[in-house]
Amino acid sequence: MSIDLSQFHQIFFEESFEGLDVMESQLLELQPQEVDAESVNTIFRAAHSIKGGAGTFGFMQVSEFTHVLETLLDEIRSGTRTMQRSYIDLFLQSVDCLRAMLSSIQAGSEPDMERAATLKGSFENILQGTSAADSAEQDLPSDTGNTTTADVTESGWRIIFNPSEDILQTGNEPFRMLRELQELVGADYLTVIPVTDNLPEFTSLTPENCYLSWILEIRSNVSRDDIASVFEWVADDCHIDYQPLCAAPLKNTHDDTPEIRTGAEQKSAAERENGIPPAEIDSGRTATLIPEKISEALEIAAAQKSKPSVSARTARSSEPSSIRVSIDKVDSLINMVGELVITQSMLGELGQDFDMSRLIRLQEGLTQLEQNTRELQESVMKIRMMPISFAFSRFPRLVRDLGSQLGKQVNLVMLGENTELDKTVMEKIGDPLVHLVRNSLDHGLETTEQRLASGKSAEGTITLNAYHQGGNIVIEVKDDGAGLNEERILHKARQKGLVPETQELSSEEIHQLIFLPGFSTADVVSDISGRGVGMDVVRRNIAELNGNIEVKSVRGKGSTFIIRLPLTLAILDGQLVKVKNETYIFPLVSIVESIQLQKRSLNHVTGSQYVMKLRDEYIPIIRLDEFFNLRSNDEEFENPMLVVVEGDNEKVGIVVDDLLGQQQVVIKSLEQNYQRVAGISGATILGDGTVALIIDVSDVGKNLEKSGKGQSRSEQAA
Amino acid sequence: MEALAITGKNESADADEQQYLTFMMSDEEYGVDILAVQEIRGWEESTLIPNAPDYIRGVINLRGTIVPIMDLRIRFGLSSVEYSPVTVVIILKIEREHGERVMGIVVDAVSDVYTISGSSTRKPPELTEDKNSGFIKGLVNVNEKMVILLDVNELLSISGSLENTGHIAD
Repeated sequence: MSIDLSQFHQIFFEESFEGLDVMESQLLELQPQEVDAESVNTIFRAAHSIKGGAGTFGFMQVSEFTHVLETLLDEIRSGTRTMQRSYIDLFLQSVDCLRAMLSSIQAGSEPDMERAATLKGSFENILQGTSAADSAEQDLPSDTGNTTTADVTESGWRIIFNPSEDILQTGNEPFRMLRELQELVGADYLTVIPVTDNLPEFTSLTPENCYLSWILEIRSNVSRDDIASVFEWVADDCHIDYQPLCAAPLKNTHDDTPEIRTGAEQKSAAERENGIPPAEIDSGRTATLIPEKISEALEIAAAQKSKPSVSARTARSSEPSSIRVSIDKVDSLINMVGELVITQSMLGELGQDFDMSRLIRLQEGLTQLEQNTRELQESVMKIRMMPISFAFSRFPRLVRDLGSQLGKQVNLVMLGENTELDKTVMEKIGDPLVHLVRNSLDHGLETTEQRLASGKSAEGTITLNAYHQGGNIVIEVKDDGAGLNEERILHKARQKGLVPETQELSSEEIHQLIFLPGFSTADVVSDISGRGVGMDVVRRNIAELNGNIEVKSVRGKGSTFIIRLPLTLAILDGQLVKVKNETYIFPLVSIVESIQLQKRSLNHVTGSQYVMKLRDEYIPIIRLDEFFNLRSNDEEFENPMLVVVEGDNEKVGIVVDDLLGQQQVVIKSLEQNYQRVAGISGATILGDGTVALIIDVSDVGKNLEKSGKGQSRSEQAA
Repeated sequence: MEALAITGKNESADADEQQYLTFMMSDEEYGVDILAVQEIRGWEESTLIPNAPDYIRGVINLRGTIVPIMDLRIRFGLSSVEYSPVTVVIILKIEREHGERVMGIVVDAVSDVYTISGSSTRKPPELTEDKNSGFIKGLVNVNEKMVILLDVNELLSISGSLENTGHIAD
């Protein structure tokens, strides 16, 4: 086949990474004592498709490596070997290794084979360790091709079922047989691979002929006789080939007559074919399907010739960042657009010969248009929403690895995994969350001895919870550890000169200290945390998403970090303000209050810097016109307004000329065609088509500090 | 854009003809690769960008995209003129590593479209003193007149140019 396979590479990588994720999560759930057959099967299936895919696309390093892994898995699955904890660890390492290999292949570089070779060695050691004991069993099924006496195999069968073309005319229905087979062996143990090579062109296709053949993989202890009974009626008309599954890799046998090999032949063949992956049948035209979908498989197989895109998944762009959208969301979007079109044509008709008597209908139409637009906007936003489980999925592994590294017993509880959140937010929240979880594990949870001593269960619990609250999404990272040690935090802060010796702080203020740059209470700097870079970065990352983080802690009971994020980054509620002739937008969430500026309440501090006493706080005042160099300093405001905003937990007063309305604005990037501008987070388009810039409140505050005029820190602390 | 660079160097090849859109500024004729031109429109009021260099007039809304507008006269150190309804903005688009960048340049008037072969292009004389020489890809004679060919990529890479002019502005 001369199909350019590279067009499928992206899909292969995406699916392989998904497969690896599946393997990882299943491995983590596995308990060596009670191995769940279904989990092992899932892991096996994932490994198998990676191997098959890698072989098809010529990534031999991957397929060879996966092959050894698969062999061990197969033995475990068939029961010839029992699962051990060391195997799980080895498998997990292999998952990492495979992921690294695939990433480097994807990036176009040579994968690092050293690690793979080491792991492969370990696998081979395990496999050979019992090969003497297993060899008898291994050889046994390989003879079954010739004898019907040894008709029970441990691992199952691969059957090549190639019906004659006129099978349908004799009243036999392959579909029915496949269903019967599924009933016999159970849906989970049957894999059906349709082979469509013999399909003729659509024009020369005779609908009464059967052009398909199938490769059936049965992974269960079914005797050959039982299987044969399914095909009893058609045995004479069809070519049916039985191969025991344990040692024979699937060969490209669908179009020629496959021969059954004797044990010796098979062994050497297996060796020879180690490099050749199974299922190397042209992947463009076959599909591996789970058995529940046999009927679909038949349809797809039939449709493949004329419409190749049906089977090859809806074409995805080769852009590395893509999202999968459920068909429901797309359907509802199409509905909305339909309604919008109807409203538009209604309004168009109305406008053609309009007179004042039809004013009411026009108003109705406009209301409808508004509603349509809002619904459409909501549906479009939903497309970007993904369940937070994407961000959570990495934590079981992380907690498991870290827990064993630290010698702590940890139970990870994840709640609200289906809470949806904007894709961009999801990508950016991952790292801060990892940091918080590591922090909870390392600093939060006590060691087992300490826990027992303080009357707690030996196993610590970390809870990840996500839920919606108002227009926000809230993510909690909670541990039942020791809680924040306030005295120690305060002590450290005083040591580092972050807090004056004489000053007393409330618990809440002390908790806030851990977010200061360079702060760590860990006595020993560990691999995991304690270097003092971290919580401030976490807070900054979250602030970049227009979110905030707070911590609640009870001594001896544990602490909870609460992250609040806006649902989406694409739209925000804005307060429009006027400065000179320009319109700017403040994010409404950042505004604490807006007041008329009283000149007499302003105090001069160091040159041009003003502060204002607002109730019992001094807040620094920034003139936006000055900050943006819109006019000279001595030009006075006529009737200034003060917008008090809070960014990075610090209040700043910003002087503007006037407050205009409030409205929802769609955030557009300024950086895409220009570059980042200090104090500006983006731009938007107002109702009249002009561009207005959106103020980055925390950035304005930061620039105030940088310029050296800022007194904010000490003022705020005072 | 790589192709552009190649044609610039490969002086012997014949098939390296390219079309250039030319425009007038202060009696000089400048040319930009016509493939980089997205559209030509009239001047409209733009929104100021705070603390931007003086040659960035601001941003406009181009069918939902925020597009910065550069005054090429100020950029090249020519005397600036009052904008009128006939002042022209050429919207240029370049491919970059991370997507494309769209920017408008304000010029006096659009002139013509010429097909120019790489072999007839002369290198600009070395004007190391002039900060603008980096934008000039070459000089070419069309109908006894000199046309200055501009490197659109250089022209639109404001990050570099901002630093330069930032110095000067300081």
